[in-house]
Amino acid sequence: MSTGGQAQGRAGGHVAEVPKVFVGEGRKELDATLAKYPTRMAGLLPALWMVQRAHGWITPEGMAETADVLGLTPAYVKGVVTFYTMYHQHPVGKHFVQVCTTTPCNVCGAEKVRDAFLKATNAKRLGETSPDGNWTIIEVECLGACGFATPVLIDDDFIESVTPDSVAALVARYR
Amino acid sequence: MGYPHQSHPKETVVLSQYFGDAEARSYDGWVKRGGYRALETALGMGREPIVDIVKASGLRGRGGAGFPTGLKWSFMPKEVQKPHYLCCNADESEPGTFKDREIMRWTPHALLEGCAIACHAIGAEIGYIYIRGEFTDPYAIMEKALAEAYARGTLGANAMGKGRRLDLHLHRGAGAYICGEETALMNSLEGKRGNPRIKPPFPAAAGLFGCPTTINNVETLAAVPHILNRGAEWYKGLCLSNPKSTGTKLFSVCGHVRKPGNYEITLGFPLKEMLYDLCGGPPPGRKFKAVIPGGSSVPILTAAEAEGALLDYEGCVAAGTMLGSAGCIVMDDSTDMVYQVMRLAAFYAHESCAQCTQCREGTAWTTKILKRILAGEGEMKDLDLLLDLADQMTGKTICVLSDSCAAPVVSGIKKFRGEFEAYIKGGRRAATA
Amino acid sequence: MSDTVKLTIEGREVEVPAGTSVLEAAKLAGVLIPHYCYHPALPVAGVCRMCLVEIEKAPKLAASCATPVAPGMVVHVGSAQALAARQSVLEFLLINHPLDCPICDQAGECELQDYVFQEGRSGTRYGSYAKRFNPVEDFGPDVLYVGNRCILCTRCVRFMEDVADQAVLNVSERGDRAYIGIVEAEKLDHAWAGNVVDLCPVGALISKDFLHKARAWDLDKTASVCPGCTQGCNIMLDTRDNQVLRVRPRPNPDVNRYFICDTGRLGYAWLNRADRLEVPMLREGDRLVPADWEKALKRVGELAGAASGPRHPWVGLASPGLSCEALDRAAALLKANGGVGAFRVKEETEEPLAGVSDLALRKERAPNVHGALEAGFTRDWEATIAQARVASLVLVLDEWRDGASDGVGSAPMIYIGTTLPEGARRHAAVVLPCTNMSEEDGSFRNLRGRVQRYFQARTAPGMARPAAWILEAIGDVAGVSAGAR
Repeated sequence: MSTGGQAQGRAGGHVAEVPKVFVGEGRKELDATLAKYPTRMAGLLPALWMVQRAHGWITPEGMAETADVLGLTPAYVKGVVTFYTMYHQHPVGKHFVQVCTTTPCNVCGAEKVRDAFLKATNAKRLGETSPDGNWTIIEVECLGACGFATPVLIDDDFIESVTPDSVAALVARYR
Repeated sequence: MGYPHQSHPKETVVLSQYFGDAEARSYDGWVKRGGYRALETALGMGREPIVDIVKASGLRGRGGAGFPTGLKWSFMPKEVQKPHYLCCNADESEPGTFKDREIMRWTPHALLEGCAIACHAIGAEIGYIYIRGEFTDPYAIMEKALAEAYARGTLGANAMGKGRRLDLHLHRGAGAYICGEETALMNSLEGKRGNPRIKPPFPAAAGLFGCPTTINNVETLAAVPHILNRGAEWYKGLCLSNPKSTGTKLFSVCGHVRKPGNYEITLGFPLKEMLYDLCGGPPPGRKFKAVIPGGSSVPILTAAEAEGALLDYEGCVAAGTMLGSAGCIVMDDSTDMVYQVMRLAAFYAHESCAQCTQCREGTAWTTKILKRILAGEGEMKDLDLLLDLADQMTGKTICVLSDSCAAPVVSGIKKFRGEFEAYIKGGRRAATA
Repeated sequence: MSDTVKLTIEGREVEVPAGTSVLEAAKLAGVLIPHYCYHPALPVAGVCRMCLVEIEKAPKLAASCATPVAPGMVVHVGSAQALAARQSVLEFLLINHPLDCPICDQAGECELQDYVFQEGRSGTRYGSYAKRFNPVEDFGPDVLYVGNRCILCTRCVRFMEDVADQAVLNVSERGDRAYIGIVEAEKLDHAWAGNVVDLCPVGALISKDFLHKARAWDLDKTASVCPGCTQGCNIMLDTRDNQVLRVRPRPNPDVNRYFICDTGRLGYAWLNRADRLEVPMLREGDRLVPADWEKALKRVGELAGAASGPRHPWVGLASPGLSCEALDRAAALLKANGGVGAFRVKEETEEPLAGVSDLALRKERAPNVHGALEAGFTRDWEATIAQARVASLVLVLDEWRDGASDGVGSAPMIYIGTTLPEGARRHAAVVLPCTNMSEEDGSFRNLRGRVQRYFQARTAPGMARPAAWILEAIGDVAGVSAGAR
């Protein structure tokens, strides 16, 4: 059920130049965010969301830039990144699917929904991106919509009451 | 209305009155429904009278602990020497609980109004609403409502033209159950790992950014405007059993019932009636087996125990469990209790922040033992070991995550021991594992 | 008295300042409450839960590190409930521990070993599950992280964050997947980073320098003072077979608290130098020939006799690494002969430890600059060299750098040193072997004027004697009485 792990190395040969996040509009957005808090550190979670939005995952470059702009050390930033499961520590597929399989959904058959996603997307296993690069499926702990089993997050879209039968159509919609 | 279904006559609809009513989301729609009257009243009052009303209403924290809200507010220093802060806990992440999500989705202004009143009552100019990262829709809805409230001058440097600064900000979480714990939430908001803090100091002395802070759950704050509008006596009168448990409460019912969803009932309501009358009973051909009435962290009840329980803070304790966050997880006779207890333990193992030894190691070890039992490789002594570990994981750590892992394990083994023994004796194979 | 609190710990009544933690109060009562994450020099974390104790009337066990004392409190450390909780913590800490004590440098001084031995369970109930695995990581110049042994007490993280003010270590991940992390771009190379090795209560952070060098129980420990700079950090010299193998801090709240810098920690190799001057030598033409102390001192006496008197001043060139005792005697000799003395000191960048006031690896990299000044030596090196050209006798005291022993002018030179530099080999009239600071008892005066003793940790090589003894003997043969000092 764990989605991260230090054993995996950094994304293979990640050498491509990534664009700076906190310049121009990005800088303005960050400054507006920072104005809400008495400390710069408090801007860390919002800043990391910006990095993920810009790069698709929390890149080492993005972490370094965040550390720099907030006056923190890269190690500190990484400690925080690895605490929160929604920050991708590695690149993910074009669509990131989080299927809730915690007890309330589990008793309603959430694991079958999970399996249906794996099947429909050809992702070989949880956390492993599908061969076409489009899909990464993970199990997630309680999404807080237990009365609408099974809830699924596809990217930022929160979809309620997914059943094994409705998965194929759902996947087709995102192709 | 207990969205997504029609309201049931036995419900007492206060907070959920406009669930499903899209117009209530907008500022004008909310004002048309009586919104922001309470804030206007409050801004014309001093801090203490508001706190007194909330105290008199008997309102207790709806996040899980049930601490009297007015009393909590009264702990804030009378003199504002450092900035005071309000935190609204919208990190709703207790498995089985999905009520705050509905409040934010349908009545975002109710929450904003409650937050604004609370800020005023505790001497705060700034309040933060910490919304769990997975709640993408509620976040967007709250964001829109917040912009409207600022545009109308209801919030800002001169809130409602009353010369008082009231700023509310949204803060998005990023995936961590433990951030629902109040001090972990504050750390997270400060840009740290969501590690719970040692108490004391309590938030009212040194909370967010080291300043006096009050932290309240979404549902608690959303109830405040109603109390101000209709009076403490009215709220206090909403009580079916113990006078210490007053008002209405949203129950999130999920799992094996015909009509899962949120139900708003007056505290003291019988659990049996909720399950059968409101939720339509078990799925066809099935019988209830177990109920976890207060979110996954509270002890499991057997169906028989559940059917005798009253839904309020004291009633749940009398039944051997807790009201918690009122996330009611229902399991019918098709449920593999061993598998589900393992699944709960795995949840806590995944979510442990890693600070305290018992929690970090104990939740993972407990999960391993349960998985081994499910694989048919368990031994009888494993059950005693699980209970002993649970005992050492209870009441020994900074927060109660470790206790929460122990609760379903202990009650699961005590109440459904036969199922565990069947796996150990080899008579049973996991259906789902 | 309202600023102290009376309480009872394990049946002993103690009175401690208000605000003291139960754990610290227990120490004052003579009771050591087992603990891992707590360290007096670090912010309280309260995470290991090892220091749980029973407090009467409290609803549950309390972490004694994070619980302040209260009047009338009754604390039970060894009660069945408290003991069971600590046994449980030990069991939890051991389930994923590799139990590799036979190859672990920490063995013998490991708090996990100690407490398990003291009050742990005799066997494991973990069974056959695979243990958590983390690879060994290279954290920095001298520190390895052996994650498998780590108990996540976070002392290292808190030290780097709060004391060193360079947060290069973190706790990464959550739950039982957590480990101490570092990022590739950064290294644990702070000037004081090595303290994390001492702070680590187990064998998770270990010194590369000490790796597999010795078992802790084979080491002899001698209280000493760091010779690395003018700070005067209190240290322990750990020796085995007459070799210094490790330098560790010795707590002193007024000087270095619990810490030493890496320069002091790792700069001990010279103490073990094998190419030492071991025998007195006298000049015979262009050769130096070995002599015993009696002959050597007799020769010194002759030189001194010929060179005594106010019109024939002596000049001394001293190392600021000598003891106060040696420098005082040298200064007395010079004074009696109308002479002057000077010293030089190597200067490098000052490296403060941010979280501790008045603690730094000082710019002046010698231990007894202030002892030398106090004795009357000056920093006026060039002027003293000029005087040496017209002196009747030159005393060179272990000052071997940059040609100080090359001979200045025509006056006879008495060279007292630990090694024999080329200049002294060619020019000295008498060469006398002295001990280094690990081979003698002595004292240094630090930059705040604090005179601190150090003790002999190794035997002196050959016939070497402490410089203070040698200078005393020279005083005797030169007719300078102790009263002149």
